[in-house]
Amino acid sequence: MVMNEDPTTLIPELALLAGAVLAVIVGAWTPRRRQGRVRALALVAVMVGLVATVVAATKPSSTTFETYVLDTTTHAVRAIVLVAVGLVLWLSRDAVAGHPRESEFAALVLLGGLGAVLMAGAGDLMLLFAAFLLASVPLYALAGWAKTGATTEAALKYYLSGAFAGVTMLAGTTLMYGATGSTSYDALPEGLVTGAAGPAAVGLVAVLAGLAFKAGAVPAHFWVPDVTDGTPPAVAAVLTTIPKIGALAATWRLLLAVPEQVVPWPLLVAVLAAISMTLGNLAAFAQTSVLRLLAYSTVSQVGYVLMIIAVAARTPEAQPALLYYLAAYALTNIGAFAVVAAHPARAIDEFRGLGRRRPLLAAALVVCLLGLVGTPPTAVFVGKLTAFAAAFDGGMAWLVVLAAVNTVASLFYYLRWVAPLYRDEPPEFADESGESRTARHGAVTAATLSLILGVAAGLILPLLAAS
Amino acid sequence: MLSVLVFLPVVVALALTALPATSTPRRYTVPWVVTGLLQLVLVAVMWLQLPTSGYGFVEQVAWIPSAGISYHLGVDGLSLPLVAMTVVVFTATAIYSLREDRRPKSYVLLFLALQTVSVGVFVALDLILFFLFFDLSIVFMYFVIAGWGHGSRARSAALTFFLYTFLGSLALLLGFILIYLAATPHTFDIPALAALNPLAAGGPLAGAALLAIGVGLAVKTPLVPFHTWLPPAHTEAPAAGSAVLAGVLLKMGTYGFVRIAMPLLPASWRQFAGVVVVLGVVSVVYGALVALAQTDLKRMIAYTSVNHMGYVLLGVGAAGLVAETDAQARQLATTGAVTQMVSHGLITGALFLLAGALHERGRTYDMGAYGGLAARTPRFAGLFAVAAFASLGLPGFSGFIAEFQIFTGALGATPVATAVAVVGILLTAGLFLVALSRMLLGEVRFPDAPGTPRPFPDLRARELAAVVPLLLLATVIGLVPRFLLDLVEPAARAVNELVAR
Repeated sequence: MVMNEDPTTLIPELALLAGAVLAVIVGAWTPRRRQGRVRALALVAVMVGLVATVVAATKPSSTTFETYVLDTTTHAVRAIVLVAVGLVLWLSRDAVAGHPRESEFAALVLLGGLGAVLMAGAGDLMLLFAAFLLASVPLYALAGWAKTGATTEAALKYYLSGAFAGVTMLAGTTLMYGATGSTSYDALPEGLVTGAAGPAAVGLVAVLAGLAFKAGAVPAHFWVPDVTDGTPPAVAAVLTTIPKIGALAATWRLLLAVPEQVVPWPLLVAVLAAISMTLGNLAAFAQTSVLRLLAYSTVSQVGYVLMIIAVAARTPEAQPALLYYLAAYALTNIGAFAVVAAHPARAIDEFRGLGRRRPLLAAALVVCLLGLVGTPPTAVFVGKLTAFAAAFDGGMAWLVVLAAVNTVASLFYYLRWVAPLYRDEPPEFADESGESRTARHGAVTAATLSLILGVAAGLILPLLAAS
Repeated sequence: MLSVLVFLPVVVALALTALPATSTPRRYTVPWVVTGLLQLVLVAVMWLQLPTSGYGFVEQVAWIPSAGISYHLGVDGLSLPLVAMTVVVFTATAIYSLREDRRPKSYVLLFLALQTVSVGVFVALDLILFFLFFDLSIVFMYFVIAGWGHGSRARSAALTFFLYTFLGSLALLLGFILIYLAATPHTFDIPALAALNPLAAGGPLAGAALLAIGVGLAVKTPLVPFHTWLPPAHTEAPAAGSAVLAGVLLKMGTYGFVRIAMPLLPASWRQFAGVVVVLGVVSVVYGALVALAQTDLKRMIAYTSVNHMGYVLLGVGAAGLVAETDAQARQLATTGAVTQMVSHGLITGALFLLAGALHERGRTYDMGAYGGLAARTPRFAGLFAVAAFASLGLPGFSGFIAEFQIFTGALGATPVATAVAVVGILLTAGLFLVALSRMLLGEVRFPDAPGTPRPFPDLRARELAAVVPLLLLATVIGLVPRFLLDLVEPAARAVNELVAR
């Protein structure tokens, strides 16, 4: 692999950083009613990052500054995170406009996105931990951004579990360094074979625990429902989408550097995948709050992604499956949260009659929810299909069966939300205050993009398969 | 050419969106009728040029190659008759709806979209494409029932219909994915899967796939005990919606058995053919018995659909039982099953349109409210009698050709089941005769609005033009069936050879 120290290879990351810094500075010198320019600035940063990503993706894989890997995975995660950040900034406009901390919102989302991208590209345990912190600290602040009673509790919960996960991860990093003599992924295989396997395995599990916290996977999922339910929907969309993508890509990259013979991680990941999808689904059944329902749905979705990671080293189909699934999940999940952001209702019953009053918004929700189930032609369908195929070919047929059973089961709670949309509404809910136009546009855009991604999967999957 | 056939209605629909919603109904309905007629011409050309073996007019374009999904269309002797029947039923519905004045624009656009996906299901040769068309048919039909249904309960009936059939369709998808995973290389292509025969050995995976696909198709068909969505959906749906639902959408279920379950899962199909036969016979008898107890005309016709679809299952199940032993019996049973699909589409379409005409005049489906219609409305009475006789399987109509072949083919394989199923014929005969005598004979009675006698005119030219061709075709198939059977038999033979592997 080519090594270099060329800062221009990091333009997407630098764009996010510059956007965040400028957002804070410009925000401080802008009157409150003109804070919209901060968002415009942030969106420009996102656009610059996207263009730079597309340009960078045409070049061969390389490692820059000896620790940061530039390959298809990094490019794909950059693109996914940037699109997700752009969508969130846009759909949250009504929710944050006029808020005393409007510019901080943009800055924190950009920094969180930067952390997620860095996690995905990290080729060194130390960089991974730094990126973990960068993806965590701004998001703790973001969780408490709205400063109402519930958000403070959510932020504290998020911070405490995050701090605990961070310490565990740092201890794991130390153990792995001690056992293998290196923090670089390139040197890991050799270090693991010659070094002490036991401590290294413990260290690996500890690092994975930190990543599981960011991904919201079992067993570090306890924060997910409370934080999702306690924060505004736009913030919840960020917390359940952007760090997840970075953490899952980082898990993938780290595990690929660990020889299966030294630490039998595929089984560990497969078990976590199985528990994540099952537990997430079972818990989602009983929910009446749509935010908690979506929160548990994200836990189960992580299970499907972990299923792909479990067979990462066993089949070449795993990489396109993983990256495609992450893209599909990001769009669909943001779309579903955007629908909640667009409408004051928070309980399933309060969505009655939405199909008649806001047909397009209801249609977007149906597309997103059926998308999360995995109905053709939405993107998650192709994602699930490639995930199933990869896991099956990777010799994990039992996991495929479990995933299929879970998919069928998940249908029931998603449909529990879809059905009221097309029932007649009780008159007392016909009040239009609290609706958000930009969130509505965001929801429809995300749903449409998820359909386009699904139909155009034939064009995109080969791009993601490149090494 | 197939793509043109499939997507012509959608293209017309897109062109119609340019018209303002306030235009007169005919500006929408007339292009719809013309679309149907154009499709009929295309179907006729294909009928004449269809190759004697394999698929004709094949189109294949790579779609998602890395997931084994392609845009693959083609017709053979199994699908072309159903395509023809679909287009005929839709055209009849279009003629019947010429004067539809309730939101005519969305009505026609919705039906045109439904027309595209209905033809699409029958010509799709890729499982995912099949599933897409199958699922969209559910979505569009939901809106037809919810938007143009009769009663206040239309929305809840539509929702029941949607939830049932959508859940069923996902079971179907699960089965497809199981077959896909079992095949090497992974593919959703139906002819490729039939050639690969990935689950030739049977076993639990093949059984699970057949169970999932069977449940999915059984909900749509519908088979007892998955039929509970059908009566409310039919009762609430507008006449045109009922005609399409019973005539076309139910066939997607039975067609799936012949096109997918039998050739792709031959070993399991042979293994579980007995179960299919039992389900079929239960549907036959249960459908007929419940239909006998109905006082609501539309519910009665709906339950006879359950009964008639039961014969189809009896036929394909029996073909599986004798797959390895009796080539002639399996051939007869399968051909009969396909003929029954076509025949039921035509006859039930006519029955539902007639029921709709009755509802327009009397505003109720209650059979007890009508009497002596033969004297007052002879054209309606005549056509209704013809449709009823065709439906109960009188010789000279298509139903007889179909059911006779099914029974002859199945008798050797499962004499007991066949004997029980024949009871179903007697029951249907009885229930139609009772309905005829109640409504057409006796003293003249029709529902009045309080105080003001409602005019009760006979069928108009528009209604005649919709219903007569359907019954005429059913009669032509009944009298000179060769033109149809010559097309179906080679394809049925090919399917059976795949099952017997």
